[in-house]
Amino acid sequence: MLRTSLKALAILGGLLAAAPAAQAAEGAAHIPNQGFSFQGPFGVYDRASAQRGFQVYSQVCSACHAMHLMSYRNLRDLGLTEQQVAAIASQVQVQDGPNDEGQMFERPGRPSDRFRSPFPNPQAARAANNGALPPDLSVIAKAREGGANYIYALLTGYGDPPPDVHIAEGMHYNAYFPGHQIAMARPLNPDQVEFADHTPATVENMARDVATFLQWAAEPELELRHSMGIKIIVFLLVLAGLAYAVKRKIWANAH
Amino acid sequence: MASGLHNSDIPNPVLRWIDQRMPIFTMMQKEYGSFPTPRNFNYFWNFGALAMVNLMIMIATGIFLAMHYTPHSSMAFDSVERIMRDVNFGWLLRYVHANGASMFFIVVYIHIWRGMYYGSYKAPRELLWMLGVVIFLLMMATAFMGYVLPWGQMSFWGATVITNLFSAFPLVGEWIVTLLWGGFSVDNATLNRFFSLHYLLPFVIVGVVFLHIVALHITGSNNPLGIEPKGPQDTLPFHPYYTAKDSFGLVIYFIVFAGLVFFAPNYLGHPDNYIPADPLVTPAHIVPEWYFLPFYAILRAVPDKLGGVLMMFGSILVWFVLPWLDRSPVRSMRFRPIARICFLLWTVSFLVLLWCGGKPAEEPYVTISRFAAAYYFAYFLVILPLLSRIEKPLPLPESISRAVLGGGPLPAGAAAKPMEKA
Amino acid sequence: MADSGEATASGGTPRRDFLNLVTASFAAVGVGAIAWPFINSMQPARDVLALASTDVDLAPIAVGQAVTVMWRGKPIFVRSRTAQEIEAARAVPLNDLKDPQTDQARIQRDPWLVVIGICTHLGCVPLGQKPTDPRGPYGGWFCPCHGSAYDTSGRIRQGPAPLNLAVPPYAFTSDTKIRIG
Repeated sequence: MLRTSLKALAILGGLLAAAPAAQAAEGAAHIPNQGFSFQGPFGVYDRASAQRGFQVYSQVCSACHAMHLMSYRNLRDLGLTEQQVAAIASQVQVQDGPNDEGQMFERPGRPSDRFRSPFPNPQAARAANNGALPPDLSVIAKAREGGANYIYALLTGYGDPPPDVHIAEGMHYNAYFPGHQIAMARPLNPDQVEFADHTPATVENMARDVATFLQWAAEPELELRHSMGIKIIVFLLVLAGLAYAVKRKIWANAH
Repeated sequence: MASGLHNSDIPNPVLRWIDQRMPIFTMMQKEYGSFPTPRNFNYFWNFGALAMVNLMIMIATGIFLAMHYTPHSSMAFDSVERIMRDVNFGWLLRYVHANGASMFFIVVYIHIWRGMYYGSYKAPRELLWMLGVVIFLLMMATAFMGYVLPWGQMSFWGATVITNLFSAFPLVGEWIVTLLWGGFSVDNATLNRFFSLHYLLPFVIVGVVFLHIVALHITGSNNPLGIEPKGPQDTLPFHPYYTAKDSFGLVIYFIVFAGLVFFAPNYLGHPDNYIPADPLVTPAHIVPEWYFLPFYAILRAVPDKLGGVLMMFGSILVWFVLPWLDRSPVRSMRFRPIARICFLLWTVSFLVLLWCGGKPAEEPYVTISRFAAAYYFAYFLVILPLLSRIEKPLPLPESISRAVLGGGPLPAGAAAKPMEKA
Repeated sequence: MADSGEATASGGTPRRDFLNLVTASFAAVGVGAIAWPFINSMQPARDVLALASTDVDLAPIAVGQAVTVMWRGKPIFVRSRTAQEIEAARAVPLNDLKDPQTDQARIQRDPWLVVIGICTHLGCVPLGQKPTDPRGPYGGWFCPCHGSAYDTSGRIRQGPAPLNLAVPPYAFTSDTKIRIG
């Protein structure tokens, strides 16, 4: 019995282990682990960091990158008050309509509006960016191998190319981008933004904050998922003990 | 029985009234209560029940997800993300459904492995086994079409590659592919029909599962010794013995399931499927979901388009004739020392194919896949038919009860196995 | 796990009964808890609850006219009432009303009446917005489905509907603009 169980476990383990190993991306450099607060089964978001990350996104990244799945109201979950969210939303002009004359019109944003996209369509985005399409960042942390660690690595991975690497016109060297040539120029520079909480705006800090923010944007359910998961697994462990005791009792006379 | 009321012995008067007119309670009692079941099942025999529960979980979560999903090429991706963000517990339903597919395949693979190891496919259970293979094929079709629905990059290119498999068939191939697509490429029409069929097929599976169980309850279950029960001393009533044992196994299964859903919901998925489908850009490295990888590896191991497709389909279709390839009268591998080793090697070849399927189509993986695929087929087509003639099995125990409860020296093969001293 | 088990199991029945009971209760709690996410998922989603409010410009609406706007997928009746209509609404003694409510309690500023245009009987949209519509015996709205008649304050006066037309949450953002929701 023990042997067969072990065998079953081995098969199961083999199946589970084989899958992602099979899918590990080739080509890019190894991505260092930054030990973010949301990692691990008890992980939660560092809200201050995520709020700073939103500031970096809105002052830097949002010039080219849309986040069309996000609404301003979602920022409430990051700890902003209703007034703060309304103020942030009202700073952007969003298109609405058609009105009674059949015309589209601009109005100040409301919390229920989606984040305003920098470009009306992908073609416009390409035209403004030398043919490259800046990806939407709503779920980027789920859409890249390595998630937030990759985002941090990419943002801090700019530098001079090794001598044997030729970089094409309009491209930039990045140690962590697959293929090492990225169309996006170095986006973060020291003191590019000013944080209200006086956190020094180093490239590393900003990269860390924006990676936290993007992870939150991609997985807003993470904290609830973790806390529910712990409770459910504890419940199931107790139930497993009980079920095993019942099973033993019933089988006691069957051998 | 020919006319009048059924002679019911259900004590509760209301239930008896129903039972006299439609004896479902008598049937339940007969098939799931007192049903004589071999007393020596090990935990591998839990996996049929687990698969059944898994199917119900998939149908329940799927129905609720369909209330929010939009099967349109321009809205599908965003509607899935809306489920993740805005629908109450939508993330839970979706992660249970997505990981439930993986759990379903884990459970069913172990269930099939169990059937192969203990010879459950042999007479008189050939039809039972073949119905199981039909269920597996339906599962694969359903899972494939379900994976297309989020309309991410992997959805789109998976759909493109898999539907293109049919173009390998001469003459009718192109026609079939256009028919599957409903257009000149994978597009909105394809997404719509996949959604329709993805919703339909699980209910077809329920129907075949019902037949699978009907067939099971005619022949009765196989068991780890592979010998038929000879009398009441060899069996136990299904309830409470196996209901209790299945319940325990079910809780363990839920723990694994919950671990995936709550702490690694995207572990078995692929990041590229969070990129919306783009018909102009193929991802650098496309792979199917992990549960298709062994068959995908066989496809890639063959350098010929039609040959690869035929080998891939053949690798599953060969299961249909397994009862006639393996003519050995001994069911359980416990008593077949050579076949046992050959089968465990087959298991290794399957896992190697799974591993190779996820690797890029380059050396050394192609060569490894070829050897593994060759062994995969050789086991069924050469080794088993041959062993049926030449292998000398170990002596079988006299009866299940004698083997389990003692009462005499046990044959070597069954020794040191105090099964179910739980 | 009760009946047939008793017959076959050995002595220690009381402990097993208790054990069975605890285990079954645990399992029942688990199954019950599983049902909640399913039911809850059918409630309005967060984006639906956060749906934008609707702004209405009152300036173009002449006295005696009415407009219909959409709010949360429902028609909202905005009517600029004539002096006679207001007077008629206020002259009605409360005892005559099925759902007693003063006209003043239902409006914020004269002459504007803002109500949700859904009959409180079974959800049809009553007639009475267009000048050519029948407005029923009380000059307000008339529901063609089952004959409920509302007065110039949107109160139910006749027919099967139990309640007055509901007043949505709204506020004047300027003298000629309201925001509903």
